[in-house]
Order: sequence, then C-alpha cells, then structure tokens
Amino acid sequence: MSGNPIDRIATATPAVMAKRVRGLSDRAIAWLFVGPSIVLLLAVNIFPLIWTINLSFTNFRANRLRDAEYIGLRNYERILTDTDTWQSMQATANFLFWTIFFQVLIGFALAYLINKKFKGNDLWTTIIVLPMMLSPAVVGNFWTFLYQPQIGLFNYVVEFFTGIDSSSFSMIGDVSLAPWSIVIVDTWMWTPFVMLICLAGLRSIPDSIYEAAECDRASKWRQFWTLTVPMVLPFLMLAVLFRGIENFKMFDLVVQLTGGGPGSITTLTSIDLKREAFEKWRTGYASAYAVILFVTVFGLASIYVKALNKVKER
Amino acid sequence: MSGFSVTQPSNRQKWIAGLLVITYAVVTLMPLLWIIATGFKSPEDAISYPPKIVFEPSLEGYVNLFSSRTRITPGMEETLQPPETWYDQVARDAGTIIVGPSRYGQRFLNSVIIGFGSTFLAIVFGTTAAYAFSRFKIPIKDDLLFFILSTRMMPPIAVAIPIFLMFRQLGLNDTQLGMILLYTAVNLSLSVWLLKGFIDEIPFEYEEAALIDGYTRFQAFYKVVLPQAATGIASTAIFCLIFAWNEYAFAVLLTSGTAQTAPPFIPTIIGVGGQDWPAVAAGATLFLMPVMLFTILLRKHLLRGITFGAVRK
Repeated sequence: MSGNPIDRIATATPAVMAKRVRGLSDRAIAWLFVGPSIVLLLAVNIFPLIWTINLSFTNFRANRLRDAEYIGLRNYERILTDTDTWQSMQATANFLFWTIFFQVLIGFALAYLINKKFKGNDLWTTIIVLPMMLSPAVVGNFWTFLYQPQIGLFNYVVEFFTGIDSSSFSMIGDVSLAPWSIVIVDTWMWTPFVMLICLAGLRSIPDSIYEAAECDRASKWRQFWTLTVPMVLPFLMLAVLFRGIENFKMFDLVVQLTGGGPGSITTLTSIDLKREAFEKWRTGYASAYAVILFVTVFGLASIYVKALNKVKER
Repeated sequence: MSGFSVTQPSNRQKWIAGLLVITYAVVTLMPLLWIIATGFKSPEDAISYPPKIVFEPSLEGYVNLFSSRTRITPGMEETLQPPETWYDQVARDAGTIIVGPSRYGQRFLNSVIIGFGSTFLAIVFGTTAAYAFSRFKIPIKDDLLFFILSTRMMPPIAVAIPIFLMFRQLGLNDTQLGMILLYTAVNLSLSVWLLKGFIDEIPFEYEEAALIDGYTRFQAFYKVVLPQAATGIASTAIFCLIFAWNEYAFAVLLTSGTAQTAPPFIPTIIGVGGQDWPAVAAGATLFLMPVMLFTILLRKHLLRGITFGAVRK
C-alpha cells in the first residue's frame, strides 16, 4: 500500500494541500487556458497560411468549379516579371517613406512640446489622438468630400492661405497630387501614434541626467542631440516599425480615398492584391502574391528588429 | 517667485509649447468637426461655395440616413395624405416621401453584435492564455508568443483569400458568427500581449496566499487575479472593440448583405447624382461618436494602453 504514490500523497498531505491536488493540476490548467487561443489562431491564421502557400502553386480560380492544376513556380515568375507589381511596390515604398517621414517629424515635435507639461496637456493630447481611434474607411470616405475641388474644405483652406483657386486642382483626381492626398490623410490619422510612443520615451528619461549635463555646462542644443535624441531613438524606431508594418498592409483608407487611382498611381500592393484575388478571381496567382508580400514584410521586419536591438544595446 | 530648476521648463516655454500644440489640435480636429456639421446641413448648404460655417441646421441628413424615399412627381401631390410625423414633414419639405426604413439601422446593429461578441471572446481567451503565459512554464513559450504576434503582420487581404474559401465551405460567408470568430482571432494577438503585460505586474504572492488558504488554482485565478487585472482587461477590451468596430477590409470582402457592418455600408449611401453627403456625414457621426466619447472619457487608461502594448514588445 505504501508503494502507491497517489495513496501516499492522499494520506500524507494536509487537508489544504489535498484540496489543491484534487483541483486541476497546473499543467492541465495551462493547456486549458492556452488551448482555445492556439486552436483559434491555428484555424484562422496558420491553416489559411498553409492553404495559401499550397494554392500559390496552382492555377486555381475561386469563381470556377474546375479543379486546380499544379503549375509549379509559374505564378511567382509571372508576378516578379510583371511591371504592374513593381509599380505597386514602388507606390507602396513611396507611401511608406513619406508617411513615416512626416509622422516621425511631427510626432516627435508634438511629443517634445507636450513634454513641457503645460497646463491641460493631457486633454489636448487626447484631442490629437482622436483621428487614430476612428474607422479609416469611414473617415477616408469623408475626406474625399473635403478634397473636392471648389466646395471641399481642404481646397478652400488652400485657397484661403495661398490664393490658388480652389477649383483649379483636385487632390484625388490629379496624377501628381493623388499620392500626396493619401500621405496627408494617413499622417493626419497616425501622427498621434508616433507622438504617444515618443512621449513614453521622453518621460522615461530621468531628470537627473539633464541635471548632470547642466553641471557639465552642456548647452541645451547639445543636451538635445546627445541626450534626448539617443534616449528616445529606440522608442522612435519601434514606432517606425509599427507604422511600417501597418502601412505596408494599408488598404481601407486608400481604397476609400482614391480607390488606387487615378490610373494606378496610388495602387498599393494590398489594393493590387485585392483586384487580383476578388475582381479578376485569379486565386492561385493572388495567393503567390500574398506569399511574396508576407515574406517581404516578415523579412524586412526581422532585419529591422535586429537593428533595433543593436540600438537598444548601445 | 518660484524656484529655479534646470530641468523644469520655464513659463515662457510652457506657453509657446501649449500654443503650438493647441494650434495643431484645432487643425487636426477640423475634419471631425466638419463631419458633425455636415450631418446637420441641408444638401444645398453642404456643397455651397465658400463652405458654410454658419448655417441653418437641418435634420434632412439624418432623415435620409434612416429612410428610403421616393421623389414626389407632379400630379402625385393631390393623392398624398398630410405628413403625420416630423420626419415625414422633413422628407416632404425636400420633395420626397418616405417609403420605408433604410438598412443603416441593421448595419449598425451588426457592428454592435459583431464588435461586442468578438471582444467578449477575445477577452475570455486572451485573459486565460495571458495568465497561463505569465504564470506557468510552457514549452516553447517564447516561440508561441512570437507566433501569436506575427499573425498581425499579415495583410488582411492576403489572409482573406483562404478565409473566404474556408468560410464558403463551412457556410460562414456573410454570417455574424463567421465575422465574430474572425475578429476574435485577429484581436487575440493584441489581447494576449496586452493582458500578459498587465498580469505580469500583479505580484505572485497574492495567489500564493490564496493557494495556501485552500483555493484551487482556478479559484485563485478568478477570485484573486481577475479583480486585480480588471482595469487592464477593461482597457484591452476597448482596444479590441475599437478594432472590430473600425475594421473594413475583411468586412467588405466577406460580408455583403445580412452580416455587413457599418464601415463598408456608410460610403455606399448615395443620393441623387453621387454621395448624399449630409446623410453620409450623419451616418459617420453616429458611428464615430461612441469611439470619440470613449477616448475622451477613458483617456487615462487608453493612452497608457497604446504605448504600453507598443513599448512592451
């Protein structure tokens, strides 16, 4: 009898511990708690990903009943040699560069100013944050109204300040202006995000560092460049990573604003992909496209995170 | 006179900083104020030049938003009954009669059901998973956590292709259940990461005391940890809700009728010769207002949450 470990525990443990043993074991609870999340993510993320990879080697079309044939790497070959693909990649790269450029510049400046802790700064911070909390599709759609020649508020404000006739230009209709129209709205929406992260960075710098610098008679200018900027840089880089990933996926705002036009000047990769997959119904081709995009964003993000960790270590 | 400090900004600096920030805030607020104002304009005022800041408020936009109407043709007037309600009157003044409700109410309701349903599930699964990740030794924990996060890197359109095919097989296309499950999965990565941060901050000693007092692990979880994490859970829930509320890409591809949410619907509100801007603005105002109020009222928790989630990873 004493050889049976369970009996030994049952008799040897005090009442309190026995009750604990009778409940689910930690191990069971751990799996019970993590299980549903993992199952759901497998079903909605990993299984579809594998399916996409599989489809990317076929000529499957989701709107036809015909069975798919395996065509090897032909889809990948076609995508990478297609000039439209490269055009949308180029459009995405430009969009990424300019949105991040303006958002970092304005976001950091705002955070720096808010960190001066003037009266009521938290209420004004909240007001600045409002745009990023709202539905990009709904807001983007309304921006087309603000951008209308003559009657649009945006065009009117431009006329008011510069004297350029408000009916003489169309932000979303002109080939040269359309890329800027999406950069402006995205910057309006997402600068607060960069601002909040910079603010967290600025607030993490202890006052004592500045006091020490002041004792060393470092000028304010020098303090800014040798203390503030390097201390905030990891935060800033993180903000850039998040904005980069988000804007690489950009769909809703731009679809509603320009729909990818005029021509294909604002056709970002997501919009291009949507056309291939859900308008031309080239499911296999679009799957290969999706895989390429995923590998790109994952690859770029991994390289970037490595760089980020180096900056943090310094 | 206040004491001089090298690290405290001077009053003059505060003034300049405040002035610049407030100027930016006012400019950034203009488009939102313009949405609200346009909702109360008559169609003529909405498209006047120069844009009208002062105008006579009209409820035509809201009436148009909630109703479908038909134009009164000459000769029809004699057969018409006098308008019975104020909204009949508004429509009549615009030369139309109301023939039935629009689909906006139903689309809005879909947004509410799908938003709250998916938030509830994402929080239940997210809290339990976060607790387990925070407290137990789980094999390949770091890999699992990274995997959970990496699911957010995929462009929604790329994910939508197989989801569309899968939902079609399972009969989940254009259903509320399908959208709830999908949004739950997308929100899970956020909720697990945010909640793990919050639960990590709760000292383990509390649960240990509870376990010694004879609680089971599960009791300790919901009687000790949950109340402690309540604020974190609430702010995570709001983030999940806002995501589901605002989501467009999946909604526009996977729903078309019965389960369509408001974001794909609002841009399709059209009147004579293009979009009916007062009605669009009215629909947008009603749709955006809850989020704006939430953000302003709960700013302390939300602002922390945004940077918290970001800075932690």
